Amino acid sequence: MSLPCRVSLLPLAALTLLAACGRETRDFSNKMMDSPHRGAKFAGNAWRISNGARLFVWMNCAGCHSHGGGGMGPPLMDAKWRYGSSMSHVAYTILNGRPGGMPAFRGKITEDQAWELAAYVRSMSARTRRDALSGRADEPANVEPLPLEKRRRARAVTPEQDAAQKESSKIEGTGP
Amino acid sequence: MKSIWPVSVLMILLAALVGLGAAVLATTYPAPHATFSDRPVVYGALPAPQDRARLASWAQPSPDGQWTWQLGDSAASRFSPLDEINASNVAQLKPVFTFDTGLKRGHEAGPLVVGDTMYVTTPYPNDVYALDLTRPGAPVKWQYHPQSQKAAQGVACCDVVNRGAVYGAGRLYFNTLDGQTIALDAATGHEVWKAKLAEISKGETITMAPLLAEGRVLVGTSGGEMGVRGSLAALDAASGKLVWRAYSTGPDKDVLMGPEFRPFYKQDQGKDLGVSTWNPEGWKIGGGNPWGWVSYDPELHLIFYGTGNPGPWNPDQRPGDNKWTAGVFARDVRTGQARWFYQTSPHDLFDYDDINESLLLDIPTRQGLRKVVARPARSGFFQIIDRMSGQVLSAKPFAYINSMKGVDLISGRPIMNPDKEPKEGRTTRNICPAAPGGKDWNPVSFSPRTGLVYIAHNNLCMDEGDVDTNYIAGTPYLGTEARMYPGPGGNRGVFTAWDPVAGRKVWEIREDLPLWSGTLATAGDVVFYGTMDGWFKAIDARTGRLLWRTKLVSGIIGMPMTYKGPDGRQYVAIFAGVGGWSGAIVSGALDPGDPTTALGFVNAMKDLVKRTDAGGRLYVFALPR
Repeated sequence: MSLPCRVSLLPLAALTLLAACGRETRDFSNKMMDSPHRGAKFAGNAWRISNGARLFVWMNCAGCHSHGGGGMGPPLMDAKWRYGSSMSHVAYTILNGRPGGMPAFRGKITEDQAWELAAYVRSMSARTRRDALSGRADEPANVEPLPLEKRRRARAVTPEQDAAQKESSKIEGTGP
Repeated sequence: MKSIWPVSVLMILLAALVGLGAAVLATTYPAPHATFSDRPVVYGALPAPQDRARLASWAQPSPDGQWTWQLGDSAASRFSPLDEINASNVAQLKPVFTFDTGLKRGHEAGPLVVGDTMYVTTPYPNDVYALDLTRPGAPVKWQYHPQSQKAAQGVACCDVVNRGAVYGAGRLYFNTLDGQTIALDAATGHEVWKAKLAEISKGETITMAPLLAEGRVLVGTSGGEMGVRGSLAALDAASGKLVWRAYSTGPDKDVLMGPEFRPFYKQDQGKDLGVSTWNPEGWKIGGGNPWGWVSYDPELHLIFYGTGNPGPWNPDQRPGDNKWTAGVFARDVRTGQARWFYQTSPHDLFDYDDINESLLLDIPTRQGLRKVVARPARSGFFQIIDRMSGQVLSAKPFAYINSMKGVDLISGRPIMNPDKEPKEGRTTRNICPAAPGGKDWNPVSFSPRTGLVYIAHNNLCMDEGDVDTNYIAGTPYLGTEARMYPGPGGNRGVFTAWDPVAGRKVWEIREDLPLWSGTLATAGDVVFYGTMDGWFKAIDARTGRLLWRTKLVSGIIGMPMTYKGPDGRQYVAIFAGVGGWSGAIVSGALDPGDPTTALGFVNAMKDLVKRTDAGGRLYVFALPR
């Protein structure tokens, strides 16, 4: 890890900086984690989010949801969540599908990939730690990359607010 | 520099000039989103009577003032001989009754009227209502709610629309989004038979209105955005049993091509071209869905219909002409055997589905009347094709086109513009027309009294970028990112009065929003159409002058129709219910923050949210007693 991470001044600062280091961690272990822990791990990790962004195109998610604005499927960049906004809700939706037309992707992707997708989906409405969010979206070549500020438009979430959001406690997404 | 004019005088003069300029600007230029349509732009005179196109000689539009098929008759005229409502009295039209479907998605269908009953079909869940026209307020006589799979909504490319029913011999036939064709007893609403022609797990849906011809119900699949291999099926009207099914891709035996198949152009002659003009196995997921309109010539026993775009949209993944997608078929309705085929957009690059309606006209030539198919194609060319041979006699642009330079009448092929050919890994800008074409599914009308075709259509362009895409059954198969915007002039819609014989515009009305409604022409020399912000308009069939308009509860993407009621009066009906591909931003509550939303259409429709609401209400108008 880089120099600033090893320099600890105050316990509070150390905590904050440790969290910042986690955003780039590439965890290849197959260790199973409970949902809340897992959700936080994926949602706050830049590598997971960027994997999710690639899967979003490869698995044809973009065909229905476009790059967040929706189409055949509902928008993902706004603040409305039909089936819950938490990491575990979104990952559940991806793996098992929903009766209104969302197909089940279980068997087509791994569980980790579903969580990576969930992390990316939540990042569209900036429901994620700012320090883990990519500075530019992986938009197609024919549109200007959506600036970070615009992606935060629907809902600005700070790392603290994100951590405070209880897993599986909110069915409909609401503002902080 | 020294001036002989005092500065103050100059200032006053300048101020006056600026003020004058502002005044001129204010009166010359419409305010943003003002109506663009008040004054038609005239290009020429009406054709002389002897130079006018005629409706196919056997065609009987709207007999007895009934309306039994969405396009009026099997020649697709959308013309009514009723003339009680005419150019001098149409301004007095008043609503007589309304009917709410309780749904808030795109209402593209029009009602049917047979005897003293009106039949209304809705978008998903595809309910059917019979209304009693003999009683005040037209109460519901019976209603039918099909059992259908909710998940069908997730594989419908462009809102959960349905384009209506067809009536014949005491029965009503219609399709459901999840792929059923249902026959109802028109008197009671009881189900007579049900057939299943599409599987939503493979991305297949049905949105089109079936056509009834020689005891067969003709049904085509949808799903060009999901890698669905398209087909047209003929069901026995009495039993619902499959008589024949013709695929749009694959070997000749699947496409029903035998000795009778005699295409006019060389590139369409050969064995199993539906396989060899594709990448290996590509035809199995290659699209070509006939989700639009079928016409029928009872003298020739031929049906005419177009096939949709090839899949995926990304053309680099499917080298070859991709037969038999994006073209028009003539088939024997009795056997399904293909007679001829003409490919409007070989190796389609831009989602130019060729599913638009085929008007069956007789055109005067030096050799006498010639039987033709007149087609306002998605590519923006108005095609005149010989009905018997499939030869293209003319193809003139009715919309602004820069993706193609014209059509070579020797080879029949479009002359492509190399600057506008999209390639994987780069962005191609300013392609006109955009993916919804010069005109999409919404049908034209033809008046034999003026010889004009009335086309409600688009003026949209797009940027297209392509990426390699995977086929996953039941998910989109596109590989294209698009974003659309208004074409030259800034108006997104155009209403064009077109002389199909001379191949020219007679006049046009420039509309702000894309036009997604059908048009209706009547013997009263009035033409009806609607706009996406909810104006229902009546214009003069000869001049295009606006005669009457009224604002409805929701934007109009439906098909106007007219009928003679049990009391002998003429009525006009239209659905207000915005949605469809163009209105998905309202009906699907989509987010305009992403320019690729709804395959890029939302980028051109950001203002629609402020201008209309979702809804589903049928309006019926008549003259005051």
